[in-house]
Amino acid sequence: MDVSNTHLLDEAVVTTKLDAVIDWGREASLWPFVFGTACCAIEFMATAASRYDISRFGAEVLRFSPRHADLLIVAGTVSYKQAPILKQIWDQMPEPKWAIAVGACASTGGFYDNYTTLQGIDEIIPVDIYVAGCPPRPEAILDAVMEIQKQLKREEKFAVRNTEFKGKLDDV
Amino acid sequence: MSETILVADFELFETLKNLKEREGFTLLLDITCVDNLHKSHPLSSRFELVYIVRHKSFQSTKILKVEVKYPEAGVETVSTLYASADWAEREVYDQYGIVFKGHAMLKRLLNHNEFEGHPLRKDYEITQGQYCTTSQDLMDEMHPLLKEKNLDMNRDNLMVVNLGPSHPASHGTIRTLAALDGEKIVAAACEIGYLHRGFEKSCENHNYNQIIPYTDRLNYCSAIMNNIAFAKTVEEMLDVTLPDRGMFIRVIVGELSRIIDHLVCLSAGLLDMGAQTNYWYLFNPRNDAYDFLSKLTGARLTNSYMRVGGMTHDLYDGWESDLEDVLKKVDSGVTESLKMIVGNRIYNDRLTDISPVSADDALNFGFTGPNLRASGVAYDMRFSNPYYFYDSFDFNMVVGSVGDTYDRMMVRFDEINESMKILRQAMAKIPSGDFNINDKRIIMPSKESVYGGIEGMMNQFKLVIDGVKVPKGEHYGSYEAANGELGFYIVSEGEGTPYKVKVRPPSFYHMSAYAKIIENYQVADAILTLGSLNIIAGEMDR
Repeated sequence: MDVSNTHLLDEAVVTTKLDAVIDWGREASLWPFVFGTACCAIEFMATAASRYDISRFGAEVLRFSPRHADLLIVAGTVSYKQAPILKQIWDQMPEPKWAIAVGACASTGGFYDNYTTLQGIDEIIPVDIYVAGCPPRPEAILDAVMEIQKQLKREEKFAVRNTEFKGKLDDV
Repeated sequence: MSETILVADFELFETLKNLKEREGFTLLLDITCVDNLHKSHPLSSRFELVYIVRHKSFQSTKILKVEVKYPEAGVETVSTLYASADWAEREVYDQYGIVFKGHAMLKRLLNHNEFEGHPLRKDYEITQGQYCTTSQDLMDEMHPLLKEKNLDMNRDNLMVVNLGPSHPASHGTIRTLAALDGEKIVAAACEIGYLHRGFEKSCENHNYNQIIPYTDRLNYCSAIMNNIAFAKTVEEMLDVTLPDRGMFIRVIVGELSRIIDHLVCLSAGLLDMGAQTNYWYLFNPRNDAYDFLSKLTGARLTNSYMRVGGMTHDLYDGWESDLEDVLKKVDSGVTESLKMIVGNRIYNDRLTDISPVSADDALNFGFTGPNLRASGVAYDMRFSNPYYFYDSFDFNMVVGSVGDTYDRMMVRFDEINESMKILRQAMAKIPSGDFNINDKRIIMPSKESVYGGIEGMMNQFKLVIDGVKVPKGEHYGSYEAANGELGFYIVSEGEGTPYKVKVRPPSFYHMSAYAKIIENYQVADAILTLGSLNIIAGEMDR
């Protein structure tokens, strides 16, 4: 290309900040790992199906390997028996990564206040967005994905997130 | 209908053997235990085992009760008589600490292997959760299986593959360890309990109507059917009968739930084999059905529509046209999907003769519902013990032939059509009138009388605080849910809160057979077999 021709250069080059380019890429291609265990996972299936269609928000590439994913969607009850598995999957995801707790059980344990159920996944992993509902409607899950898209723009681009977080399974 | 027999612990094995081999009680439905610690009149022994068996004609049920004085000494295992007793006994051991002598693999099933104590004992605090961290490798189950087949990991060059629990095709909560020879599975072991949510312990701490939302989350693909099964069992204990309109509403929303359940099973199962277009065709009408249910009950999935003695409210004006619209969409979704798979070479080759279960094996494993009917056993509670006017509807029982993965899926396709037949007849025949029973001890008073007078207010207060008082006694009630016989064994001390509730979950018994029926097939076949069994973790692990 003839760089002396400034008129051509205008059409070929967009000046922007590197941060904005990274944001643009990240927000339009969130790759979720769906940690679906119970009722909420069935509603997540509806979110991925054609009526609600999560691909409108660039998040339809569902990965079932944590190494490929940057958004953890915990949909369903996490029991004490399941907790170490959730922790291991979270640890295997590369930075930067975000987490959504879908529904009452993942957020707080819900009405399973008993010997089996972890009282909220934030006891073991850091959570960015909590979605209310038992189970939430698909629209609410989409709303959480959009919130993550907004949130990632406000964050530092190359920092490791959640270094402060210490979960109950971090020492063992 | 059911008969209770007291049996001494040393006679248990012989009694059950006799019942099975001489009298034809071939289906062991469930085993559970009652901890008498907090009973108002404690019995001589703290623990009582309960065995529920059904005759091969499916008409009569027997409940065997065995007093257990010393849980550590326990009773003899019946897992050699009934395959379904294998996991059922492990669960009782896990939850109550009763030992079953001679059981080949007596270890925890639902709780973590490092869990301490037995949570369903009355002296275990309900909120006492335990963080456990080390996963078991399951080789303690694998080694005996290999030895039985005279195989050796090194000599025969076998490879062990771990599927799940976090795996898209394992429904997120099921773990299978498979020993492979090439691509063929030679032995497998399963671990469940990752979605054990303490349903039964929670029931002991809530009154009857508060339990309804918990039942929603057993089989969350057809929540209303669990509501109905539970409410029906409690109504049987109260000895009350719903008005005709109430029964018809239960038939209508129940059959619609059966359709939804089968749609989810089939769409997910077909998705597992790569048939994604079918997923769209079958999942979209399900969304239309949920639109109808959310208009009716306010929720898509977990409806909590039923109450003891009836339901929260009547059908709304204009429900007929909405439901007819849903049925048309379901019909077109099923038709389009069938067009793509019937006679399709890929579909047939992948499903035919995969993991067949013979009729005898299916009964032995405790199969019920579509999975049992796929094996050629004509058992459906809507025919054998008709309730809610099912004998007045014109519909067919769908029965398969060999019980392979193909049969299990096609039985569900046909059952959707049969359920639509029932729905159309019920819509035409539904009577007007009351839908709840008229009894102030059971049904909430109207809001006008609660806010307009002391009598109504006290009535509401007592029902909310104390709950519906159910007469002292024990009862096993069952219902033909989408996945099979969903039963509740309830022990009441005459209070508003049950003393004990045990679910008889169909998926639990289907899953217990899984490791055996996938042997000699490939890993890719095992994924489809799991899909066709329609294992719902909420119901299996409770």
